Amino acid sequence: MRVAGIDVGSRTIKLVLLKDGALSDFMILDTGHEPLARFKEVLGKCVAEKAVATGYGRHLVKSHFDGAIMTEIKAHSLGAHHLYPKCRMIVDVGGQDSKVIRIDGEGHVENFEMNDRCAAGTGRFLEIMADTLGFSIEDFGNQALKATKAIKISSTCTVFSESEVVSLIAKGENRQNIALGIHRAIASRLSTMVNRVGVQKDIVFSGGVAKNKCIVSLLERELGIKLYVPKEPQIVGAFGAALSAI
Amino acid sequence: MKDYEDIWQKLGLDLHRHNELLNSITSAYNSMIDSQKNRPRGMAYFDRSVAVAHCQRVRELMTIKSKGKKVIGTFCIYVPEEIALAAGVIPIALCGGTQFSVPYAESLFPRDICPLIKSTLGLGLGKICPYLPTIDMAVGETTCDGKKKAWEILGTMIPMYVMEVPQKKGKIDRELWLQEVKLFKEKVEELSGRKVTLNNLKRCMRIVNRKRQALGRLNELRKLPLLPISGKDALLVAQVSLIDDPERFTKHVEVLFRELERRVKRDIGVFKRGTKRIMVSGCPTVVPNWKIHNIVETSGGAVVCDETCTGFRYYANKVEEDAPNLNALLENIAYRYLQINCSCFTPNEERVVEVLKLAKEYKADGVIQYILQYCHGYNIEAIKVERALKEAGIPTLKLETDYSEEDFEPLRTRVEAFLETLGSREGDDRTIKVIR
Repeated sequence: MRVAGIDVGSRTIKLVLLKDGALSDFMILDTGHEPLARFKEVLGKCVAEKAVATGYGRHLVKSHFDGAIMTEIKAHSLGAHHLYPKCRMIVDVGGQDSKVIRIDGEGHVENFEMNDRCAAGTGRFLEIMADTLGFSIEDFGNQALKATKAIKISSTCTVFSESEVVSLIAKGENRQNIALGIHRAIASRLSTMVNRVGVQKDIVFSGGVAKNKCIVSLLERELGIKLYVPKEPQIVGAFGAALSAI
Repeated sequence: MKDYEDIWQKLGLDLHRHNELLNSITSAYNSMIDSQKNRPRGMAYFDRSVAVAHCQRVRELMTIKSKGKKVIGTFCIYVPEEIALAAGVIPIALCGGTQFSVPYAESLFPRDICPLIKSTLGLGLGKICPYLPTIDMAVGETTCDGKKKAWEILGTMIPMYVMEVPQKKGKIDRELWLQEVKLFKEKVEELSGRKVTLNNLKRCMRIVNRKRQALGRLNELRKLPLLPISGKDALLVAQVSLIDDPERFTKHVEVLFRELERRVKRDIGVFKRGTKRIMVSGCPTVVPNWKIHNIVETSGGAVVCDETCTGFRYYANKVEEDAPNLNALLENIAYRYLQINCSCFTPNEERVVEVLKLAKEYKADGVIQYILQYCHGYNIEAIKVERALKEAGIPTLKLETDYSEEDFEPLRTRVEAFLETLGSREGDDRTIKVIR
């Protein structure tokens, strides 16, 4: 049987196709300005008997396809639990929100925390900061890893940080050092969230931000444990949604 | 509407803004309240009360005033209604629940105060509330710092009187409160020129007791597995209690109660059996703030109890009727009000006990702690409440929000995920099916 999971995120839409329970294909596309049109495009590409949608745009698309919807919190739990059955916690940092989810041995959600209404400390925050410093988002983490010291950034608020970074540049501070400071600010914010939910030993780090090696290593240092980062951290939610369709 | 425009104009309202406000309330009502299926017929009265709050009810108050009676505006359920009524003074709750008026307050007040205060003050500053210019006096209290300071500003615009609600529950605090209750009696007597006597206070106490009792009985029906009324409708009834004539209100609550009893007998419910039962605990939700109740009830849950000032805290406990003299009756009244477990008290263990008791009685599957942004009392107390609920094995979710709609999607995600966690042990897609 072929099933599909579609994660309609704020920045990207992820499609995962499973054939007889195993990953057969996946796709990551920019959401753009017309998420519904993009969703339909993705839907057109999927040959599946059942589909489940998740993510920020799930309610937008629910009346446009024949399938169920679920929250990204549940989808990530299902996906992470399947990839790492030992996993008891998921840190998911996507385009505009960050979540920490604690799950039990069967992958059921026990507790979760989500960032509030703003994009502080999320993928979007990283994009804007990278842009302000003149780095590409793909290279941002590597540049931060080359820093000789970290400049203290006091806020993870996108608006405040941007002006802080601009003034640091004007002071002639090294870009890589500023970059490390930004990464540290995010890692410390995330570790606070993890501790609020109650830190667990086996943590999966998912979402686009998990591709940033600097964030991964800083967060590992803050928490004092190794994180599991899936090979494709962005598709964990879509994968979980697909699993639920089986 | 044309007739009322004259009244609004006379009250000095900005008609254009006032119209916009009415439109925003109507659209909120249409999308969140009227869209519900299988509503009790008896809700028609309460729907209408909200619809005419700014026209018919205002005219009614003006007529009462023209006969020499006085009207006071209140902002807290700590202000003893029965005493005002006994002096021939009509109390009307003035709390604002609309985002629409918030910017008008932000032009003068700091942004970092709670939306309830900002909305209320904005309704006055923006000249959009017909009640503020109608009242003869506003009665504030000291249940938070934001309010205390707001009264000083509001007092420059309208006659203002402030009751001190103590911050502890000891002997001297009870004495202080009793003195405050007596001073309030003198104040309303002075305002109306009418003495509060044992007889008329007893009569008015019974009127208010009956109102609370009727609300209590109605809410008891929300303990049943098959709910005869939605959380949104039960909330609407409680909201109307704050502005309506008490005797007329009670009569209609009783009519609604009898209808719901018939529903119960005939096994008619507004939600499917097994719908996840949610208790809302924390800050008040005043008209037209149906935001959280709406999210819960459109995501496959049902609100079964409100441990808030627009719920249990308002109707719980009656004044002991047995009193040989006026002084004894005032003591009974003071005692009844001090049992309201507002988070302004320290310590406030009674509230934690009450939350647990209600969650169990109403068989809540989960408790949402509803916190208005910048309401430090309930926000910090949420830690204690959460611990107690967890120990009792009751899942809980804290939602901190204001009146704006911008966080609707993240809130909905949280509520849906919370409902999913409540359902996850009994099979997968149950909640989702309800959503779709």
